Amino acid sequence: MDPLHQFQINPILQIVIAGYDVSFTNSALFMVVAVALIYALLVFGMSGRALVPGRLQSAAEMFYEFVANMVRDNAGHDARPYFPFVFAIFMFVLFGNLVGMIPFTFTFTSHIIVTFTLAATVFVFVTVLALMKHGLHFFSFFMPHGAPIALAPILIPIEVISYLMRPVSLSIRLFANMMAGHTMLKVFAGFTILMISGLGALGLFVGLVPIAINVALTGFEFLVAFLQAYVFSILTCLYIRDALELH
Amino acid sequence: MPNLLAKRRLVRWSGAAGASLATLTVLAGNVLAATAEHAPDAAAHGGEHAGGLPQLNPATFPTQIFWLALTFITLYYLLSKKALPRVAEVLEERQERISRDLSKAASLKEEAEAVMAQVDTSLAGARSEAQALIAQVAAEIDANNQARQAKLNADIAERLRTAEANIAAAKEQALANVRSVAADVARDVAGRVAGVDIDTAQAEAAVAAVIEERR
Repeated sequence: MDPLHQFQINPILQIVIAGYDVSFTNSALFMVVAVALIYALLVFGMSGRALVPGRLQSAAEMFYEFVANMVRDNAGHDARPYFPFVFAIFMFVLFGNLVGMIPFTFTFTSHIIVTFTLAATVFVFVTVLALMKHGLHFFSFFMPHGAPIALAPILIPIEVISYLMRPVSLSIRLFANMMAGHTMLKVFAGFTILMISGLGALGLFVGLVPIAINVALTGFEFLVAFLQAYVFSILTCLYIRDALELH
Repeated sequence: MPNLLAKRRLVRWSGAAGASLATLTVLAGNVLAATAEHAPDAAAHGGEHAGGLPQLNPATFPTQIFWLALTFITLYYLLSKKALPRVAEVLEERQERISRDLSKAASLKEEAEAVMAQVDTSLAGARSEAQALIAQVAAEIDANNQARQAKLNADIAERLRTAEANIAAAKEQALANVRSVAADVARDVAGRVAGVDIDTAQAEAAVAAVIEERR
């Protein structure tokens, strides 16, 4: 009945390394499942290497071209070397979200620590990229072009804070969307059970209303699953563009 | 770049919507969880959600970070070293094949157009040649006709002239004959009627005088 029970981390295999509990959990299991599915889609899909692709190959090529176009349009042509990174992020988040839509699975993207670690990876990657490309000139990024010097004491802290907030907003956006969606599904399912147990025969009919809402929400959740993966990777692209061009 | 602006708006909207939804549903969830507390079978799970959101339990952080790092690095390695180059290869191959076919088609089209132009020029040449030949033959026939016509005309004129001469000669002859016959008749008549014997020369002179008179 507890709608938050689905987010519980349950160890499957106890592992302790250097005093840290790194047990293989339900979360870890579905990370492995997501990676296996992504790799299987690309490898089995492309195994035919057909000139005219079949269904699976079309899907693999569609993902590839979708992310390739996203990187080209949003991060620029110089971002070509970072395409595998963006692709890995997009597919990992997308498959994490989509696999989580299957009943009795675990949605690892609904955990703030996972999304924050991913966002922090993007943040560190982008910052290191900018520092390597522009050196100390990178810090001019925090002073917008054309702004009067007098405003620098106000603008620079704002820019620095907004830069540092990137991983926070990036991770909370994904985490909040996934957690909210999955909680809502459980909450409405819970309403049905409450109505049946509370209202008896009448509850059987009234309880259909939350089920109908859940059907619509499930469709909406698939949209959110895709949209959040898209948003996460498109922001990664925009950050890479900032790092490469510094505006 | 309106597209980029729209994307940023989408990002902001989905973030705000997600955050507010999260707050709402967590509230609703807490209400449900509180209801569940009172259910007799919930007592067994009581310990589990004592710490609130499972997401905020730091005890689970190391394992999640560890497995995230492990799986994500594996995924990145598999994608960048194996899967993506393969996809890129297939796509490039297709692109190459398409552009090769396109350029082949273009060159074939050019070739066909060249052949077509050649056919056109040779056709035009043949046509003008035929026209010239027809004109030449027509002129020849014309000239031939005219020459024959002239020759025929000349022939006809010649024949006419000889015929006229013949007729004139015959007339002269006939006239001469008439004169001698007339002179003979005159001499005979004179001898028989008047009993005068006139000689031929005299009779002829008289006939000639009469003919001259009657003309």
